[in-house]
Amino acid sequence: MSAPTGRGSRPDPGPERATTPVPAPPRPTALAWRRRRAALAAFARSYARHRAGLVGLAVLLAISVLALAAPLFVDEAGLSITRAPGDPYEPPSWRHPLGTDNFGRSVLDLVVWGARVSLTVGFLATFVSVALGTVIGITAGHFASSGGLAGRAVSTVLMRITDWFLVLPTLVLAVALAAVLPRGVGTIVLAIGLTVWPPTARLVRAQTLAVEARPYVERARALGGGHAHVMVWHVLPNVTPVVLAQTTLLVATSIIAESTLSFLGMGDPATVSWGGVLEAARNAGAISAGIWWYMIPPGLAIAVVALSFTLCGRAVESVLNPRLREAR
Amino acid sequence: MTTLLDVRDLRVTYRAPGGDVPAVRGVDLTVEAGGTLGLAGESGSGKSTVALALLRLLPGTAHTTGEILLEGEDVLTMRWGRLRAVRWVGAAVVFQGALHALNPVRRVGDQIAEPMLIHRTVAPGRVRDRVAELLERVGLPASRAGDHPHRLSGGQRQRVMIAMALACEPRLIIADEATTALDVMIQAQVLELLGGLTSEQGIGMIMISHDLSVLAAHCDRLAVMYAGRVVEQGPATEVVRDPAHPYASALSSAFPRIGDPASRLAPRGLPGEPPDPAAPPPGCVFRPRCVSAQDVCAAVDPPLYPVAPDSDGRSPRHAACVHVGPVRPGPERKELP
Repeated sequence: MSAPTGRGSRPDPGPERATTPVPAPPRPTALAWRRRRAALAAFARSYARHRAGLVGLAVLLAISVLALAAPLFVDEAGLSITRAPGDPYEPPSWRHPLGTDNFGRSVLDLVVWGARVSLTVGFLATFVSVALGTVIGITAGHFASSGGLAGRAVSTVLMRITDWFLVLPTLVLAVALAAVLPRGVGTIVLAIGLTVWPPTARLVRAQTLAVEARPYVERARALGGGHAHVMVWHVLPNVTPVVLAQTTLLVATSIIAESTLSFLGMGDPATVSWGGVLEAARNAGAISAGIWWYMIPPGLAIAVVALSFTLCGRAVESVLNPRLREAR
Repeated sequence: MTTLLDVRDLRVTYRAPGGDVPAVRGVDLTVEAGGTLGLAGESGSGKSTVALALLRLLPGTAHTTGEILLEGEDVLTMRWGRLRAVRWVGAAVVFQGALHALNPVRRVGDQIAEPMLIHRTVAPGRVRDRVAELLERVGLPASRAGDHPHRLSGGQRQRVMIAMALACEPRLIIADEATTALDVMIQAQVLELLGGLTSEQGIGMIMISHDLSVLAAHCDRLAVMYAGRVVEQGPATEVVRDPAHPYASALSSAFPRIGDPASRLAPRGLPGEPPDPAAPPPGCVFRPRCVSAQDVCAAVDPPLYPVAPDSDGRSPRHAACVHVGPVRPGPERKELP
């Protein structure tokens, strides 16, 4: 039936296409790298137009460098209770710019060292929850609109599981998980990651439904795209701005959640984190004693980092979304 | 000429909470390789439903029966994997509203490459050259491949859609109101482009529109749909110039003809509404709006009769009207307005 009687004028696609003289670039990899560099430069230029984003980025970079370089100027031995360098509750001085805690450890050293744990946990927990929320949200949204009966059942089940996690108080669930699992940074990451994903999933599902209703998804199906193709090619890029905004908020949330868990004594007592320092300060009665230099620096650090992430996220969102970018 | 597409007794019923709604009620169509079939009709006549049914793109609530033979293979009984392979390679669609049929966050070059990557018709390393080649074929500079859709004009976007439709060298192109949103100049350019590409490559085309003058100028054959059925089909110029079915004649006289003062001084529309597809009237569905309706029309739901048949009873034109059929032969229809 596919005899090409009626399409004699059509060029034979096989050999003809192979022999078409194409001015091939000398080195494809070099070309690809040049293109990538250009794309990166364009991204940087667009980002640089957001002043708030630049401030946030600068603060985050400074804190990250400080956290990474901490072993160079903070003596880890000085963070031990038994070998504290100063006397208990020394007020700020040249030797200890932020004073000392109840064991005589330098609060500045504690805060700098605490950034390592707080940032690590914040990033990892956010990654876990955003990945979980995005995968569940897109899957539920996609099959709700374009799956068959079985697809809709999968979607419903996923969303009921999401609802179940959503109605459980996040903190209680995280505390319960942290209490059951062995103590350590990994447990905190898991406890936060497994509890804060439901809002992301709901958000992504809603966005997915909106995207799935657009004609280009129908077009993608018409040109033979399967479920995976539609989800990865068309839905994911259109959901990304929402996910990105959610990610920035979640990094802030995760850092605060980590601090909360540590503050409640769920953290690893052997590691120093901002929440842990706050907990120690409260236990030591720093508030009633008026030891402000013990309480304020870790609290301020948490607030500054959370704010910086939000500023950066807003800037990145408006750069990555072509329509937001053109509107400027 | 080989038969590319043969649709036999296509019926589509939408399952709605209030009961079944038949949107397409027994449609037969054929498209030859290299031929162009126009599908005309007002909104809700089922022409877009037919177009989507051809590639099984209708939502799950639609129930489709009949046969859709694309190069002899029935699309309706195909397995899912085979269907996906046929989509775009066997038949590609130029959607209406190119702004919405393009993903706003992807570059147009990547979107043109999309079907080639899915169907692996072109080696991944050659895709970029092929996209440039396709863009040039539809009259766009290859450099536009790096742009996002919102940076192109409406006509350029429609050209991108056509380039995308041509990407896998399909045998059939379904143009669903492809030029409706464009102004007349761009519309003429796009239609000329489509017509040229189909005739020089022997691609069959189904052109769907409510604009009869566009279809008359660009199609070989024309099928006029009303309430889910083809009421008249035949060579395009004859159907437009001398329609046999009262609906086709109303549709054709709704457009003023240039150089014909009579039509300009007395433009005629068609009063009334198309019937509710859930509860069509008995007999001929067009009867409530028909100016030449008679008692017999309420009793008979007319099939397609040959118009002015030769001695063997054959004719290139068919119309579903009792005035054409054997009940009341030829001369009677001369009295139609």
